Amino acid sequence: MKHDLIIKICMGTGGIASGGLDVMHAFRNQLGKKSIKADIKKHCSMHKVGCRGLCAKDVLVDIILNNVKTTYQFIKPYMVERIIEEHFINGNPVQEWVVAEDYHQFHDNQIKVVLSDCGIIDPEEIEAYINAGGYDALRQVMLTMTPGETIETIKKSGLRGRGGAGFPTGLKWEFCSRETSSRKYIICNADEGDPGAFMDRSVIEGNPHAVIEGMIIGAYSIGADKGYVYIRAEYPLAVERLRKALQQARKHKFLGKKILGKEFDFDIKVKLGAGAFVCGEETALIASIEGYRGMPKAKPPFPVYKGLWSKPTVINNVETLANIPYILRNGAEWYASFGTGKSKGTKVFALTGKIRNSGLIEVPMGIPLREIIYDIGGGIENDMAFKAVQTGGPSGGCIPAKLLDIKVDYESLASVGSIVGSGGMVVLDENDCMVNITKFFLQFTQSESCGKCTPCRIGTKRLLEILERITSGNGRDGDIKLLEDLSHDIKATSLCGLGQTAPNPILSTIKYFRDEYEAHIKEKKCPAGVCKDLLSYRILQQFCKGCGACKRVCPAGAISGERKGIHKIDTETCVKCGACIESCKFKAIRKG
Amino acid sequence: MEKILEKLYTSHKKDEGNIISLLQDIQNEFGYIPEDAIYWFSGRLDIPASRFFGIATFYAQFHLAPRGKNIITTCCGTACHVKGSERLMNGLMKELDLPEGETTTDDKEFTLEKVNCVGACSIAPVVIINDKVHGKLSTDNLMKAIRKLKEKDN
Repeated sequence: MKHDLIIKICMGTGGIASGGLDVMHAFRNQLGKKSIKADIKKHCSMHKVGCRGLCAKDVLVDIILNNVKTTYQFIKPYMVERIIEEHFINGNPVQEWVVAEDYHQFHDNQIKVVLSDCGIIDPEEIEAYINAGGYDALRQVMLTMTPGETIETIKKSGLRGRGGAGFPTGLKWEFCSRETSSRKYIICNADEGDPGAFMDRSVIEGNPHAVIEGMIIGAYSIGADKGYVYIRAEYPLAVERLRKALQQARKHKFLGKKILGKEFDFDIKVKLGAGAFVCGEETALIASIEGYRGMPKAKPPFPVYKGLWSKPTVINNVETLANIPYILRNGAEWYASFGTGKSKGTKVFALTGKIRNSGLIEVPMGIPLREIIYDIGGGIENDMAFKAVQTGGPSGGCIPAKLLDIKVDYESLASVGSIVGSGGMVVLDENDCMVNITKFFLQFTQSESCGKCTPCRIGTKRLLEILERITSGNGRDGDIKLLEDLSHDIKATSLCGLGQTAPNPILSTIKYFRDEYEAHIKEKKCPAGVCKDLLSYRILQQFCKGCGACKRVCPAGAISGERKGIHKIDTETCVKCGACIESCKFKAIRKG
Repeated sequence: MEKILEKLYTSHKKDEGNIISLLQDIQNEFGYIPEDAIYWFSGRLDIPASRFFGIATFYAQFHLAPRGKNIITTCCGTACHVKGSERLMNGLMKELDLPEGETTTDDKEFTLEKVNCVGACSIAPVVIINDKVHGKLSTDNLMKAIRKLKEKDN
């Protein structure tokens, strides 16, 4: 069947939140009208697609008319009628709504492997994935390769675990394949807990079959007959699409008994996480699947030898598994041609915070950080000054402006005290306080510490208390040294990755932004104007128009003033939330 | 209640479920985990109630008290934090007249919760109102959405 007109609407979590479903309904309604010629209706198809990365410009709509693609941004239902009229019927795209140069700049500087089909194929249709070459790798592996050859290919590709630790995937598979056991498991870790990272969600929402195909290939290679996807309940759309995809894969006999006619049985179960960050740690994840509190165990024994229900188990991250089909389809050499020495291939990063083009990007390992921030990201929002980029979430660190030319790979980031981690990149500008950000991460790790080992349970609490007193104006001489000493002790003695990395945000911010800590402690000042206890708000009389917008949003009722008269803030009742600044159109409110 | 618990027990046995999936099922049924349900299952499965409570309090997803009709969840991920999620949270507490430490309004209309990250960081700050994700929120727009909900309920 020939389709002359294809409509693709972005329907990831971002697309739906921005009104993607309404836009889809609008297209359906408008195209269903009698006045639209049957000719257009006949040749038109509409598809939901997953995230294509630039969610900040959602709802994004691709129109492919006679093989010419036009992409529209910020589409709202009311715009649909005009697009149909001018573009579909008259053949002239509505230029003012078409994406601008920055959209192309964002995409042109990326190399997409894992995300190559995301945003292009319909994630709810297995045929779309198959037509794009999906499940070819599985056929190739099962019909022409031995498990050993498959593992060798993955080893040669240089793929390392994308969840954070960066362990070579092929090696992990090899260890497990050598074990003799009546039962082995493969688990997909989709418990994406790092705040600020959302690649796993996007991959599952945008191309769930790639993850499933990767898992089946993994299971075949190590000799597993059962698989689990441990996925966060906070990702309802991803769960729904994954379940749908699993059903379709079963129907197509890619899962179940005698897959592709071979003596190989394998099926996958979905396990919903229950909201504990520590369950991203593999032994805690196993405990959680078994139905216990998700508390880590000491390693060794590693899960490849003794994992789920004490059987050999491979645990791979979503992005790692989604790479597998593409590596096998295109060859290990192809994959290894991207990246640098020990960090091969591409990596997906979630570029967020104070950046113009906020979204999901995929770049070759070793790309300079500056290219990510300025070429792909388009620079800092509102023309503010770049201050730092936080990588690796609560386990990572901050990279300051002077290190912008650093290469982004496992080794380089580790050498400056940060990590690639799962790929979160939160960009901070001059209005962000580094001590406050550090406190934010420590609040997170402290509340997510499972409590099993003392250094993590009590150590993170003490670190947080020190940071709290510094940001509330009660910092003492020697606090910086105390933070450093305690951090090193916690890193050295904690049981699992959570505790071992929890102090990283502190150590890296002290290293690069010591002056900010000192300003908080000695001068009782927050240079960025963030820490509430160290600043006060006032209204500049000459700018106040008396519109009352600030008074309406003030949650504490601290602002007084007559309409059209000058307003005032009562500093005693002010809770310093900043809502008034956000609401003032005349920039009449200052803090400091 | 007994009838529902019996039904959950049967499907639990059939699916070879564990305590976590059982608690998830209980919560799906009641909106929270009633203490009585825990004691009932503890007796029925011959597992100490402390194990149920241990798990229910370990995972953030479980609630041991009834929640409001409308669930408002503020995302507190890093991107939302730098884009002002704290301000939204303060605004919500004022709008719903919730004192520090309280999460559900007295009339059981609203429950205010935090989530670590919903992974919608490019449209931060994000608030989820009754399962629907709202992005790029200002305090003003959020309050409008909440007031609309209040009107609808009245």
